[in-house]
Amino acid sequence: MTTTSAPESSRLTSPAAGVTARRRRRPPVRRSVGRLLRHLLLAAGALLSFFPFYWMFVLSTHRSAAIYEFPPPLLPGDRFRENFESVMSTINVWAAMANTLLVAVTVTFFVLLIDSLAAFAFAKFSFPGKRILFLVVMLTFLLPSQLATIPQFLMMTELGWVGELKAVIVPSLAGAFGVFWLRQFFQNSVRTELIEAATIDGCGFFRQYLHVALPSARPALAFLGIFTFIGSWNDFMWPLIVLNDPSRLTLQVALSQLQTTHGTDYGMLMMSALIAVVPLIIVFIIGAKQFIDGITEGALK
Amino acid sequence: MSTSLTQKLTATAASPASAGRGRGAGRRTDPGTIALGSRRARPAYVALAPYFLLFAIFSAIPIGFTMFLAFTDWRGIGDWNLVGLTNFGYLLEDPLFWKALSNTLILWVMTTIPCLTLATLVALGLNSAVRFSTVYRVAYLVPNITSLVAMGILFSSIFSSNFGIVNALLNSVGLESVRWLQSEWGIKVAISTLSAWSFVGYNAMIILAGLQSVEKQVYEAAQLDGAGPVRTFFSITVPMLRPIIMFITIMSTIGSLQSFTEAQVMTSSQGGGASSAGGVGNSGLTLVLYFYSVAFQENRYGYGATIAWGVMVVVILFTIINWVATRERSR
Repeated sequence: MTTTSAPESSRLTSPAAGVTARRRRRPPVRRSVGRLLRHLLLAAGALLSFFPFYWMFVLSTHRSAAIYEFPPPLLPGDRFRENFESVMSTINVWAAMANTLLVAVTVTFFVLLIDSLAAFAFAKFSFPGKRILFLVVMLTFLLPSQLATIPQFLMMTELGWVGELKAVIVPSLAGAFGVFWLRQFFQNSVRTELIEAATIDGCGFFRQYLHVALPSARPALAFLGIFTFIGSWNDFMWPLIVLNDPSRLTLQVALSQLQTTHGTDYGMLMMSALIAVVPLIIVFIIGAKQFIDGITEGALK
Repeated sequence: MSTSLTQKLTATAASPASAGRGRGAGRRTDPGTIALGSRRARPAYVALAPYFLLFAIFSAIPIGFTMFLAFTDWRGIGDWNLVGLTNFGYLLEDPLFWKALSNTLILWVMTTIPCLTLATLVALGLNSAVRFSTVYRVAYLVPNITSLVAMGILFSSIFSSNFGIVNALLNSVGLESVRWLQSEWGIKVAISTLSAWSFVGYNAMIILAGLQSVEKQVYEAAQLDGAGPVRTFFSITVPMLRPIIMFITIMSTIGSLQSFTEAQVMTSSQGGGASSAGGVGNSGLTLVLYFYSVAFQENRYGYGATIAWGVMVVVILFTIINWVATRERSR
């Protein structure tokens, strides 16, 4: 109904106000002890949440034999470069990363385009058949993707796409989640009067989409973009099924193959896992605010 | 366009006001939308076309074909025969399918309960601690965005029998090592630790959003009535969070019932094929991992399609159970 900024700001101020009102009654010593305890627990949880990444980094800087030592090493070792070079000489990491990037960027671009077009039509217009078409979109949420996997694979075999990146890209160019998500956003934050005014000015459907809907949907598009990019980057089962050419693998498939062929070389294995994880963490930290806002808004509407 | 003014007039007359009017009008026009007659609807259909074209080719037709495949004995090459309900009969008596189903349900419980409990605690903590909240949020969310393959490899080493840090910790307090990845319950602990770890932050963010949407006046009113923090939590916060709890329970259930990557990566070093899938004693075999092994390691497409239908039945059944359970209690 209204713009999203209003409820957001009230959501931010209300708990803080509630907390200070509650705290006023407690004695100051108890209050600060409680606050300290809460921060300690939260920090401990955050450390626990982050520890595996640190451990991954530590293991990637040691000789593989080092992890058989007791107690295990808790500080970084001096084999970072050796392990890095050993990964580079075993698999073509840069090619795998380029492939993953190509897949993720293409998929993200088309999901944003195709889903936002469909979402705009669903959100702002009524037309014959709309209810049934939207029901179809919602139903795909419930159906497990495995239902389509075998015929999709047969299709890729028929097309001769097995082993090629387009076999990973093309089936994921549209998603039900994006349509659902953006439709919510268009409904709540693009005012129908604006579109009506655009109609009077002689703007057709697609110019309304381009000039009215898309500019105001930037935060929603940003969240969907990060979400899709991360999902595509981490996608595993389908790429594992259709990619079999060693020179054309995504990072996840390359990693899993490295695990089966070099399962005991832990230093190298951890280095390759680290390489696969770091770019995504960077993307996430850049877009963290949009992503966090996005998650919380999706649940509330 | 010359007709645009009349179009505009009919559009405004039809859109917001018509919602409360007669049934006939309400059915055609949703509130807040612009009604397009069948003649002017063409751009809307064009906008929907790419989505539905892809949906038809890569979802609808394949799903229909999976239904057909489930009645055949096709193995990828050579002839195939219609075998009627044989696959479904076999599924019901297939010990591996039941093993996979029970593993999946056990993993679901072992993942969802700790994950949602921890997520609630984190959300409650973040709801009151205002300082550093962005740093905390990022720290708790990072596990959720990183690749499960990489993390599966890492957790295999953390739980490794020979040198894992978990066994090192156990030894240091005088306990014996556990063969985590090779035992019935060990592998489940390892897999569910990974799944829960990666989803605590995500669920915490959603619960946090729910907590922050509760009006402060409600809390103030409770305080005036003399309710303490515990009473307030159970009488106000929990009931207000019901829709959020329902949402994350259903989403976690759907995700958990279809889990594949954790189990695949943490048991893959132990050989291929469906009979040995999921590690020692098939202890880490999930439904979708079984589907993958049957269909894509053994090329039994007909039976694989039957398993896919089994997965669907389980997912829908548990979604309904969850939905009813979380809804009933709210009344």
